[in-house]
Amino acid sequence: MSAILEAKGLNKSFGAVTAANDINVAVEQHSIVGLIGSNGAGKTTFINMVTGYLEPTSGSILFEGRDITSLEPRQITQLGICRSFQIPQLFNTMTVAENLMVGVGIIVSAGGGWASSSLQSAAPAKAVDAMLEQFGLGSYRDRQAGLLPEGTRKLLDIAMAMVVRPRILLLDEPTSGVSADEKFVLMDCVMAAVREGRVTVLFVEHDMDVVVRYTQRVLAFYEGRIIADGDPAQVLDDVEVRRFVIGEHAPMQAGAASIHA
Amino acid sequence: MKLDRTSIAIGAITVALLAAGPVLPKWAMSLANVALCYGTVVLGMMLLMRTGLVSFGHGLYYCLGAYAAGTVDQMLKLPDMALMVAAAAAATAAVSAVLGLLLARYRDIFFAMLSLAFSMILYGLLVKTSALGSTDGFNISARSIAGIAVADDARRYAGYGITVVMTMLSAGILNLYLRSHRGRLAEAIRDNELRVEYMGASVRSTIHLHYVISAVLAGIGGALMAINIGHIDPEMTYWPQSGEFVFIGILSGTGSVFAPLGGALVFETIRSFAYEYSPNTWQMVLGVTMLAVMIFLPGGLWSLVQRRKGA
Repeated sequence: MSAILEAKGLNKSFGAVTAANDINVAVEQHSIVGLIGSNGAGKTTFINMVTGYLEPTSGSILFEGRDITSLEPRQITQLGICRSFQIPQLFNTMTVAENLMVGVGIIVSAGGGWASSSLQSAAPAKAVDAMLEQFGLGSYRDRQAGLLPEGTRKLLDIAMAMVVRPRILLLDEPTSGVSADEKFVLMDCVMAAVREGRVTVLFVEHDMDVVVRYTQRVLAFYEGRIIADGDPAQVLDDVEVRRFVIGEHAPMQAGAASIHA
Repeated sequence: MKLDRTSIAIGAITVALLAAGPVLPKWAMSLANVALCYGTVVLGMMLLMRTGLVSFGHGLYYCLGAYAAGTVDQMLKLPDMALMVAAAAAATAAVSAVLGLLLARYRDIFFAMLSLAFSMILYGLLVKTSALGSTDGFNISARSIAGIAVADDARRYAGYGITVVMTMLSAGILNLYLRSHRGRLAEAIRDNELRVEYMGASVRSTIHLHYVISAVLAGIGGALMAINIGHIDPEMTYWPQSGEFVFIGILSGTGSVFAPLGGALVFETIRSFAYEYSPNTWQMVLGVTMLAVMIFLPGGLWSLVQRRKGA
C-alpha cells in the first residue's frame, strides 16, 4: 500500500522546550494508526502540525506527495485532512443538526473540490440525516450542542470532522472524558463510519484496551520522539514503551535495592 | 431558492407601505422615513452582530453614502434618486472592501474601536473640506427617479417610495443571504471560528464579505436619508450617530430581518415622543428604555416574537 501521509524530519520547539524531535513517519492509505505516549510526549503537537494548527520549526509534511507544511488549516481540510479535538469544538448555540448542516453547507458552497460527489448531489438535509443516523445522534437532532453530555459532544465533534468527507481523519483523544462503558460504543460507531468511508485514521489514545482493539499500527511517543513503531502487540511489549508510556517501573538495581533494604 | 414566509411578508409590507403613503400624515411619513433609513443601516449591523462583531463606526458608511449621493447631485449635476443610491452603494462597497482587509483581522473591542477610528477620520476630513461645506455640509435635491422626472408636489412621496422599496429590497436580499449556506456561517463564526476553519471555510473572507454587505446597507441608508432630509453634514459620521445604530441593533435583536426595521421604528417613535413631551430629558427616556431592554429582553425586542412562536 502507498503512503498517504509522510512526515520528514519534523521538529517543533517552543523556546527551550522541544515538542517534536526529528519525527519521520509514513502512514499508509486506509490504515488505522494509534498514537500513544504520556502527557507532553508530542502526540497532539504532531496532530497540530499535520492539520496546520502549528507550523513545524523544520521538516516537512507530505500528503499524497504534496508538501502541505505551511498550508493553513482551511486549505489542509479542503485537501481532505480533518480532525477532532481533545475538547470538542462545536457550535454551542446551534442544534446538533445545525452543527452538521454548517459542514454540509460549506461543501455545497464550495461546489466541488474535496467533497465526494455523492454528498454534493444529495439534498443537504438528507446528508445531515444520514450522518445523524450513522453516528447514532438522531435522538439529539434538535438538542442544543452546548447542553449535550460529554460523550455525545465527543461523538458530534467527530461527526463534524467526518461530515466534510475526509481522506484522513485525526482524532485527538476521542474517548477522554467518556465513561468506561461508552468508550467502546463510541469507538465502534466511529470505526464503522471510517471503514465505510475508507478513511485513513490516526488517533491519540491513552486507553491501551482501545488501542489494541482498533489499531493496526501504533506509534509510541516520548519526549517528542517516536520510540516505537509497529503492530500493537509488538509496540506495547517494547521495553521503552512499557517504561515511558505505560509507566511500568524497571527492576531496581542491586545497589539501589540494598540501600532500601 | 423557494420563497419563505419572511420573503412573502416583506413583499406584502412593501405593497402596504406604498399604498399607505398618500394618506399618511406628514409627521408619520417623516417618522417612517427615518425609521426605514435607520432600519436599513441596522440590517447591516445585524449581519455583523450575528457574526459576533459590533461596529462603533458604521456612521462612516452612513455618511459616505449620503455624501456620495450629494456628490452625484451637486458635483455631477445628476439629481436622480436611483443614481444617488447606486453611487452610495458603489462608494461604500469600494471603501469597505479596502478597510475590510484590515478590519477582518480584528475581533471584539479592537474591531469596534478600529471601526470607530475610521469613522472619526472621515469626520475630521469632512469638517476640514470647505469644498464639501465643512461643518455645515450642503443641501441636495433629488428631482427624478431612474430618469423619470418627479413633480415638485410628488417629491415627498417619491422619496418615501424609494425608501420603502430600497429598504424592503435590502431586507429581502439579506433574508435570502441569511438562509443560504454562506449566510449560516455568520452564527457558526460567532460560536466557534476554529471549527469553521477546520470544516474548510475561510473565517476572514466571510467576515470581510459581511463587513462589505453591512457597509453597503449603511451607505444606502445614508443616501436615502439624504434624499429625504435634503441636507447632509459631517455629523452623520460623528460617533454618537454610530452609537445610535448600535443602540438600535441591541434594542432590536438579531433574530430576523424584521427586527432591525421594527427596532428602528420603536426607537424613532420613542425619541420623537420623548423629544416632544420631555425636550430636556429625552436622552434619559432612551437610556431607561435601553436599560429595560437589556435587563428584561437581553435578546432584544424580537425575542418577544420568538417567545410567542415558541409558545
